[in-house]
Amino acid sequence: MKKTGAQILCESLIKEGVEVIFGILGGSVLPIYDTLPQYPQLRHILVRHEQAAAHAADGYARITHRAGVCLATSGPGATNLVTGIANAYMDSVPLVAITGQVASPFIGKDAFQEIDITGITLPVVKHSYLVTDPADLAGVVKEAFFIAQTGRPGPVLIDIPRDVQVNEAEFVYPDKVNLPGYKLKPRVNAAQITKAAELINAAERPVVIGGRGIIISQAYQEFREFVEKSQIPVVTTLLGIGSFPENHVLSFGMLGMHGMAYANMAVQNADLIIAIGMRFDDRATGDTSTFAPQARILHIDIDPAEIGKNLRVDIPIVGDIKNVLTTLNKRIDIKEHVAWISQINQWKHEYPLVDDREDAGLLPQYVISRIYELTEGKAIMVTGVGQNQMWAAQYFQYVKPNSFISSGGLGTMGFELPAAMGVKVAAPDSVVWSIAGDGGFQMTIQELATISQENIAIKIAIINNSALGMVRQWQELFYSRRYVDTLLWNPDFVKVSEAYGIPALKVTRKAEVVPAIHSALDHSGPFLIDFNVEREENVYPMIVPGAGLSSILTLPKVSQDSSF
Amino acid sequence: MLVVKHTLVALVEDKPGVLNRISSLFRRRNFNIDSIAVGSSEQPGFSRMTVVVRGDSAEVEQVRKQLDKLVNVVRVSDITYVAIVTRELALIKVKATAATRSEIAQIIDIFRANIIDVAANSLTIEVTGDEEKVDSLIKLLRGFGIREVVRTGRVALTRGNV
Repeated sequence: MKKTGAQILCESLIKEGVEVIFGILGGSVLPIYDTLPQYPQLRHILVRHEQAAAHAADGYARITHRAGVCLATSGPGATNLVTGIANAYMDSVPLVAITGQVASPFIGKDAFQEIDITGITLPVVKHSYLVTDPADLAGVVKEAFFIAQTGRPGPVLIDIPRDVQVNEAEFVYPDKVNLPGYKLKPRVNAAQITKAAELINAAERPVVIGGRGIIISQAYQEFREFVEKSQIPVVTTLLGIGSFPENHVLSFGMLGMHGMAYANMAVQNADLIIAIGMRFDDRATGDTSTFAPQARILHIDIDPAEIGKNLRVDIPIVGDIKNVLTTLNKRIDIKEHVAWISQINQWKHEYPLVDDREDAGLLPQYVISRIYELTEGKAIMVTGVGQNQMWAAQYFQYVKPNSFISSGGLGTMGFELPAAMGVKVAAPDSVVWSIAGDGGFQMTIQELATISQENIAIKIAIINNSALGMVRQWQELFYSRRYVDTLLWNPDFVKVSEAYGIPALKVTRKAEVVPAIHSALDHSGPFLIDFNVEREENVYPMIVPGAGLSSILTLPKVSQDSSF
Repeated sequence: MLVVKHTLVALVEDKPGVLNRISSLFRRRNFNIDSIAVGSSEQPGFSRMTVVVRGDSAEVEQVRKQLDKLVNVVRVSDITYVAIVTRELALIKVKATAATRSEIAQIIDIFRANIIDVAANSLTIEVTGDEEKVDSLIKLLRGFGIREVVRTGRVALTRGNV
């Protein structure tokens, strides 16, 4: 039976198991929106800016492990998606972004709201399509989901001219894709496994660095088995948080620029680094020339292009983490590393994370710790970018798999609010906290309207230091405290929130923190708390930018002495 | 870091935008493409592409892996260090008068090139060979006054059995 392109699109989405679409309409997608009511199984969530549609779909995808879907009109609608698409690309999140395009005869004529979105997004998509015939649409959707969700996941863009949405074609949903150039999950190389197992079994001071690849592959069990059998201490990357329970005796937190001092010291003193599903980002490694100087490096990743990209690798294993670990677990010995682990514990004792100081006012670390306690560590934390993100990474103990959602690669301020919407829609029974800075919050603040309209019951914490805090910290430490344009005038966030129909509280003193969090948790709908924290509190430890992981800055001694 | 000319050969799907996707990866890493030649391959629906770039081997290998990840790229190999046959074709329009025409014809003969168009004051020459041969013919003809040159860029295949 013949169907319109718009109907073919909707039916294909249903075939792919899509339940939710985040989007905003406009002239070039009107035929799609007009068709949506015929398919009540597709829930459309109307956002207030297209960037939020992409971030919400991104958050949704990180929880469901299926492609999130966002929909926008041509021209500005499409360009507004770009940051969200790039964010998904950098963090390997499966996303299918659908854009309307001006009708085929107008393409290339600078028509109203025409933009070459396949061209603009070329460097930030895994693949993209400009559909020219409604008969191709079903096949394109099938391929788009397949590409987005398999291998190393990523965003795929489908640009659909208006006439292709309106014109009719026979609808047949293909059951196979034909992608001769798409290489999937290479078979795990047995010789490499043997070499890897030998290295692991012989290592005296091994450290595992767990990355987001473990979460993507959902290899939590296999990873835990690997670690427990070999008794190797675990540190994670920022996005590897949630790959391994942080209350485990072998867990030693996050490495990198704002990683725990003991995590970085473990890496720097290791004789073997086992990097799993991570890509040696500069924020994780610091200066690569001094990274883990005594260690051989074993790198396990699904993407062959990641091997040797940022630093030398002694043994690479290319493959899906779950498959690789399943194979490797059979080959590794039951081991103990008592002396090595007690050494790291000693460092942990010497450089603890402390969430409060007697002399201080309301500290952001204190706020995050209380959220952790009062949610019993069961919340999903969705963070912004900057200081709030680092404190959320450091002071919440992540025990539940995949409970830390953050913009790691692109570092998109304002990610947290729309992403938290997507997370909550994907996991309606979970407590979801959006942890924002006051700067980033104002970059996607308009989504309070979406949250209200859809009654998305997230809890919003603004870690408000009236500053672009992380940049201010850099200015303090590396630009002689010249605060050029980092101190912010802010609106009354409580009034703003209430104007959007979301109850809110302002917290300025420690004593108010716990009752406020209780109020948020007891309220059935969305709730916002504006935590007015110390303006010049810094994130420590810190690796000086450009330096190696051994150059650790900690809280200045003066205040340490006064408080302890 | 040792910068050498690398020859990459890719089998790609014949679809819109493929050339753009490929060239964009080189641009992103700031490679200047010396030459790029694309045409149909032995398989319908697939093109074969020869790209020549200068770069350090590790950098080129990184781009090669990125190219290999493109959905439309079936296979890509760096054939710089394997036995290959390479050819380039050039068309050269050179100034020619009654006095110089026979001298030019002699040079062309030595190079086993062909004259493919004759006009009152010019000759158009077709030459095939490796880049050095094309370069040296151009150098020799420069004295007569070269009007226009167009070169295909290198096309390459590995030698011998598949």
